[in-house]
Amino acid sequence: MDRRQFLQGLGCSLAAYPLMTTVTLAGSDGGRPLGDHRLVVMILRGAMDGLDVVQPQGDAHYAALRPTLLNPQSTDLDGFFRLHPGLGDLMPLWGAGQLGFVHATSTPYRDKRSHFAGQDMLEAGTGMDVPIRQAKDGWLNRLLQSQTGLTSETAYAIGREAMPLLAGAAAVRNWAPETTLLLSPQARLLFERVYHDDPLFQQAALEAMELADAGDLNAAPTRKVKGGVKVDDVERLVDYAAGRLRQDTRIAAFSLSGWDSHRGQAAGLPKALTRLQHAILRLQTGLGPEVWGKTVLLAMTEFGRTARENGTAGTDHGTGGAMLMAGGALRGGKVYGQWPGLAEADLYARRDLMPTSDVRDWAAQTLRGLYGLERAVLEGSVFPGLQMGSDPGLLL
Amino acid sequence: MTTTRTLAAIRFGYGLPLPEIAPAGADAMLAMLAGPDLAAKQWPIMGLPQMAPILTKLRQIKNEGRDDPALVALRNALLAEIGQAAHDAQRATFTRSLAAPDGFRERLVSFWADHFSVIAKNPTETFMPFALVEDAIRPHLTGRFGDLLTAVTLHPAMLLYLDQSDSIGPGSRLGKKKSKGLNENLARELIELHSLGVGAGYAQADVTQMAKLLTGLTYNPKLGLQFDPRRAEPGAETVLGKSYDGDGLAPIRAALADLALRPETAQHIARKLVVHFVSDQPDADLVAAVAAAYAGSGGDLLASYTALLTHPAAWVPQMEKARQPYDFIVASLRALGVAAADFQALPYKHLQGQLLNAMANMGQTFKRPGGPNGFPEEAEAWITPQGLARRITWAMQVPQRLVAALPDPIDLAQSCLAERASEALLWAVARAEDRKQGVGLVLASAEFNRR
Repeated sequence: MDRRQFLQGLGCSLAAYPLMTTVTLAGSDGGRPLGDHRLVVMILRGAMDGLDVVQPQGDAHYAALRPTLLNPQSTDLDGFFRLHPGLGDLMPLWGAGQLGFVHATSTPYRDKRSHFAGQDMLEAGTGMDVPIRQAKDGWLNRLLQSQTGLTSETAYAIGREAMPLLAGAAAVRNWAPETTLLLSPQARLLFERVYHDDPLFQQAALEAMELADAGDLNAAPTRKVKGGVKVDDVERLVDYAAGRLRQDTRIAAFSLSGWDSHRGQAAGLPKALTRLQHAILRLQTGLGPEVWGKTVLLAMTEFGRTARENGTAGTDHGTGGAMLMAGGALRGGKVYGQWPGLAEADLYARRDLMPTSDVRDWAAQTLRGLYGLERAVLEGSVFPGLQMGSDPGLLL
Repeated sequence: MTTTRTLAAIRFGYGLPLPEIAPAGADAMLAMLAGPDLAAKQWPIMGLPQMAPILTKLRQIKNEGRDDPALVALRNALLAEIGQAAHDAQRATFTRSLAAPDGFRERLVSFWADHFSVIAKNPTETFMPFALVEDAIRPHLTGRFGDLLTAVTLHPAMLLYLDQSDSIGPGSRLGKKKSKGLNENLARELIELHSLGVGAGYAQADVTQMAKLLTGLTYNPKLGLQFDPRRAEPGAETVLGKSYDGDGLAPIRAALADLALRPETAQHIARKLVVHFVSDQPDADLVAAVAAAYAGSGGDLLASYTALLTHPAAWVPQMEKARQPYDFIVASLRALGVAAADFQALPYKHLQGQLLNAMANMGQTFKRPGGPNGFPEEAEAWITPQGLARRITWAMQVPQRLVAALPDPIDLAQSCLAERASEALLWAVARAEDRKQGVGLVLASAEFNRR
């Protein structure tokens, strides 16, 4: 049996369990099967340049590869890596052991360097043996499928756009903050009838009716700016996530875009970093010390970027990159991963940072640490085909 | 039973009721499509050449410095002119979709504008996505795909969006002198998104070679596309096993023509057309028929559309697709009886507040997809709890602000859905508490939001 058939078979058999196909009411507590730990996954769409965010300035080849991007205002992390100033406000977290990174890591995706295929693979959690777009669910959803007694409140995909990471047979919530839906009891009844024969509409409407807050439709949108960068949308996402995670929700996922830095990266990347940094600090505040202490945040991107700057003071699509981790449950203050070196012969295809680990392994180790999942489940169904390494001790 | 007329209007156009003289079957639709582009004449949008004087002045100011208050004022005035042109173009685009009898043409324009997505990166570029449609897409809509691909790839809107205008051959005169070099953004998307598709058998080397082949293409605000030999990588490049050599645009044009004729491109374009118009799980025979028509005609688009519209699988009564937010709003305007003249008279702040902002909240910011791959096709990407809540709210609240008097909801259901109005919908509409709610039920119904 190849892995694709296996995946499809898995989807079929799990769909038979009724708890996975119905949306249950908020607050119906299923006995907290995932315990108290919280997981937040942010998908950084557009390919974050890990080499610029966590700069290997201790590598003798780095400066020559990055003539215009070398930034003297970066902050030392461990004597080898330095942090981009765009994340400078996170240094207290680093000092407290609540911020960490994995460097030179990637999904199994290789060679075509397509954002869209790369994101599909990152969210599907599959390997190169599953054809692009054939994966029917995301790895976070398969994590939920492996548990019993969950409610649909357990996991939220937040934001306007789709999150394939959480899509699949297990019930999850999808919502964009500040969406309103004011329906009289009669209108609600009539809509239930109108949508009755179209499952897609029926399911979406049912969930919308449960989730919508009766806010003011005409409320003026705030335009909050931090250092010249718009952050109001980030705040809405994070505040909504924090509000849910303080209650019964254990898993939240959303996207941050704006990482595709082909040109003028020194001016463009700080904008994306400002939003990322703001999201992390806002989440910490919003969760409060107790919940933050039980939280791990993973910020993952589809791939890294070229080791060399390109001809337009930017970088093109690459392979190995970096993952950011934060949270009070993290054993941070450390850049994890094995450094491959930046000599030309050490690069992947003589152009990209060589991945020395599978980013799914770090995610799997996090899930194992947070929720005590068996290796067999992680390697067999959440990340099919993954061979987990030894426990890197990511969690406290 | 769903009539051909209803399917023609809903699946291949912007909905019922059809505008006067609109064709209602495959042969008449294809005949009209083969004729002149009347909507472009009736509701004109400027192309890039008309914008050149403004863009040229802006470039001059940029070169002269930013501190002179007179120049700052002039710059703001010029940006306001561009902004106004973009607003006018938004309005004309909506009007064409709303009122043009040749609805299939407008849907095709929208399809190709998405296939070749460009996104403004700064205020001087807000007009570019519209210019690309007028200059490159509409004139080649029914011709050969190779000509469309070439016109789009060489258009300044694309050169700017995918950074080609700054890419310099490392071995070129400028490259050696200024230690500047390649940017492979356009080369990659040209192969991955615009022609062969990501599933095809190409390698990083093909992308890099294509990037070198494309060096020399640049943009001058006054003159438009320019080929600058000082930026062009010397020597021949080999893309997908074929060598391209020579000076100027000729080898680039040759490579684009070859990309268009690849069998992978026929397959990719055929599949995308079928997915867009018919089903997210496309019928294999239908895709094969469109791909065969494409391949057999040297990439003739009218022949490809003909294969699509004359295949029975394109006319199955099941409506599997969801109208995207733009289609939903245009179809709603049409259903509500908003005429072209009414729409032209709509104050811009209403167009923005009631339509464009609403679309964005439904997940589709007008002319701003997430990236060069355009907006998603899957019904599941649009009919989410948050997206549907926005549609329901819009359908209940906004129509009363767009028309003087709301229609009778039962009449509305019958005029915009014809025989597709289900008994359940008519039952519910008859029990609506008021006219506003009845209209909301019709426009937010699954029947109205599927195509």
